[in-house]
Amino acid sequence: MELTAPLLRATGLDRRYRLPRTSLRGPRRYREALRGVDLDVSPGDGGIGIVGESGSGKSTLVRLLLAVDRPDAGTVSYRDRDLAAASAGELRAFRRDVQVVLQDPFASLDPRMRVGDIVAEPLVCLDVPGDHRARVHELLAAVGLERAAVDRYPHQFSGGQRQRIAIARALAPDPRVLVGDEPLSALDVAVRVQVMDLLGGLAADLGLALVLVSHDIGAVARLCRRVVVLHEGRVVERGETEQVLSAPQDPYTQRLLAAVPRLPA
Amino acid sequence: MTLLEIEDLTVRFGGRAVVDGVSLTIDAGDRLGLIGASGSGKSLTALAAVGLAPDDAEVTGRVRLDGRDLIGLRDRELAPLRGGRVGVVFQEPQTALDPLMRVGRQVAGPVHRLTGLDRRAAAVRAVELLAAVGLPDPENMARAYPHQMSGGQRQRVGIAIALAGDPALLIADEPTTALDVTVQAEILALLDRLVDERDMALLFISHDLAVVARVARRVAVLAAGQVREEGPLEQVLHEPTDDATKALLTAYRASAWSPSWS
Amino acid sequence: MSELASESSVLRTFRALLREPAGLIGTVLISLLVLCALVSLVWTPYDPTLVDPAAVWAPPFSGGRLLGTDGSGRDLFSQLLAGAQITTVAAVAATVVSGIVGIGLAVLAAVGRRSGEIVARLIDVLVALPTLLLAMVLSAVYGGSVLTAVVAIGIGTGVNVARVGRAEMTSALGTDYVLAARTSGASTAWIVRRHVLPNVAPVLLVQLSLTLALAVLAEAALSYLGFGTAPPTPSWGRMLQDLQVYVTVHPWAVVWPGAAITAAVLGFSLVGDALRDVTDPRLRRQAAAAPEVLA
Repeated sequence: MELTAPLLRATGLDRRYRLPRTSLRGPRRYREALRGVDLDVSPGDGGIGIVGESGSGKSTLVRLLLAVDRPDAGTVSYRDRDLAAASAGELRAFRRDVQVVLQDPFASLDPRMRVGDIVAEPLVCLDVPGDHRARVHELLAAVGLERAAVDRYPHQFSGGQRQRIAIARALAPDPRVLVGDEPLSALDVAVRVQVMDLLGGLAADLGLALVLVSHDIGAVARLCRRVVVLHEGRVVERGETEQVLSAPQDPYTQRLLAAVPRLPA
Repeated sequence: MTLLEIEDLTVRFGGRAVVDGVSLTIDAGDRLGLIGASGSGKSLTALAAVGLAPDDAEVTGRVRLDGRDLIGLRDRELAPLRGGRVGVVFQEPQTALDPLMRVGRQVAGPVHRLTGLDRRAAAVRAVELLAAVGLPDPENMARAYPHQMSGGQRQRVGIAIALAGDPALLIADEPTTALDVTVQAEILALLDRLVDERDMALLFISHDLAVVARVARRVAVLAAGQVREEGPLEQVLHEPTDDATKALLTAYRASAWSPSWS
Repeated sequence: MSELASESSVLRTFRALLREPAGLIGTVLISLLVLCALVSLVWTPYDPTLVDPAAVWAPPFSGGRLLGTDGSGRDLFSQLLAGAQITTVAAVAATVVSGIVGIGLAVLAAVGRRSGEIVARLIDVLVALPTLLLAMVLSAVYGGSVLTAVVAIGIGTGVNVARVGRAEMTSALGTDYVLAARTSGASTAWIVRRHVLPNVAPVLLVQLSLTLALAVLAEAALSYLGFGTAPPTPSWGRMLQDLQVYVTVHPWAVVWPGAAITAAVLGFSLVGDALRDVTDPRLRRQAAAAPEVLA
């Protein structure tokens, strides 16, 4: 069996935040956002879902995986290189390979920039060679938006369309890993299905690995072959999605799945 | 006995009808679920019915509470009816609560206004209500501020406030949408129990079919401001006749998960 | 197809400004100020510095003197016109300095991690510094002139701009679109230039227009106290100083420079207020009424 290191790997991640002092004496208290979290993902492995509720540490984990924050302990490695020690060139290569789609379609696009410039931004900042204009048109088409969108502003689009723009931007540098931080949560139910299908389709067509952070079990079940359940900063269960969802071992996972409302048969 | 009768309710914003001729009846002990996608007018229907539509909205039609028409009543006359007969639970526990007031006072205030109990008795009743909505250590909880509580706890306070006037009808507008799924399950169980124990009618609004199915016995499907279909829960969900209902069901099945799945 | 993106936003703002009564009146007053300044560059009815012992304390509308003369026989109307120059120049120059100081400090405070905190505290301390006191100290050291007034007013008002600017920039830096830019490989300089500054510009614009009002008042005050514009350059503040002693004997003479200062400050204040009304709710209304674009 060929052993290749996963493209993106998190090992033993710890992250804590200082709480404001409530008394002058005594040690300063911390909030443990993440404790000993391990994760890995590679293109072609079917993607991984990160399921957790509020306070689980999933947003913190996303920021660490994207190298916009540093862990207090543990490492995030890209191609076996610790990102905390990466050179500017290595960081740039990492950013080309790992991109993100954020939760709020109304906050993730700069309201004062035209859509064309928004989608082209990674191409410019990451020095991606080639015709940027053509690439932007190609990307907009891939997410189902018309070419004329390049000259318009975000406020002229609906939530679902803005999320498509965000996806187009994320795909611009031709990444290998796409991290989605609750990309469907802020969308209307009908639109959610469309964007979910879009993500699934693109992942399959482009050979992308999806890292889907979501509290929506249905989306994770459909888009990710593996899943990790986060509770209060720790991974309480991990495994093949089908396996974990049909036979959860951890009591929290069981409670979580039992709480999902369902239609009467 | 008919509690709330909404007849041909229309809500316009600058000429555009967001709620377009909606008619619904809620009897005592009813549990009606109002479902629809966002923008279908479901929240606005319920809010307009009790006089909580935005100021720039134009509301026409008839809304009879205990036989008395509410449309056109001034807020002064409407407020006691609203709290006393109809309690409303809102979506965002964050914004529905005053961040600068202890939660005990926020519950005691409406109790005092609506039941005629004096302030001391109202404070005692408030603690009782906080206990009734499942808050642990209600005496101490009453002294807490909203920001010191979790989202689920805040929503329980919101429910306590809605129950302050011992209403006959509880309107819940997307009460669990902003909550985690485990917390949602608890709150839905709570509402289920309270509605039963206090013999209230329930008008539950949500875009989530499964959530509505948990608490409602009858459902009305709203799309583009109109009631497209109405009937017993099982019937509407298993034998939908309208396209809007079918679309909601299709979207649900395409994105939801259930244990019998896979 | 939406028509919202076709017009230039500057033009749109200006038109919206003129629709507000405050904006309209303010713009008219400012235009008058600028007009007086420009006209006086090429022509005044009389030389404002010309002393004419024969026409001392002439009342208004007498002998060709529109507003009369002062104790040295200098024509008041001409002084008023010429004074507009200093007022305009000082106000604009001080605001430019204010902008540079304010935006510069704000960026440093918002962007730096540890150093940012230090700069933020520095701003908070400097805000407490009275502008006029600073100006008097500078004048004592470097001599009173328009330049010292401009620098002092610029720094004094600049720290207030910095305080507001830092809050806005910190907020902008916490947005999702800035996070997305960081993951797209954008450098801090790029983010500040392309994301932060354009998004805080409306708020800073309002601040700076109010700074213009403050600058007019501050320059007048400094000249009045003798720390600003030196004679013989005409200045409204100094006119007030010269004429105030005679207020019981020749009241009408004092009124003119006072009214001029008031009008100028009012003009800039009204425009600043109107700008604030125009830029903020408009953005919200625009976002709410977004027409759908068919994919």
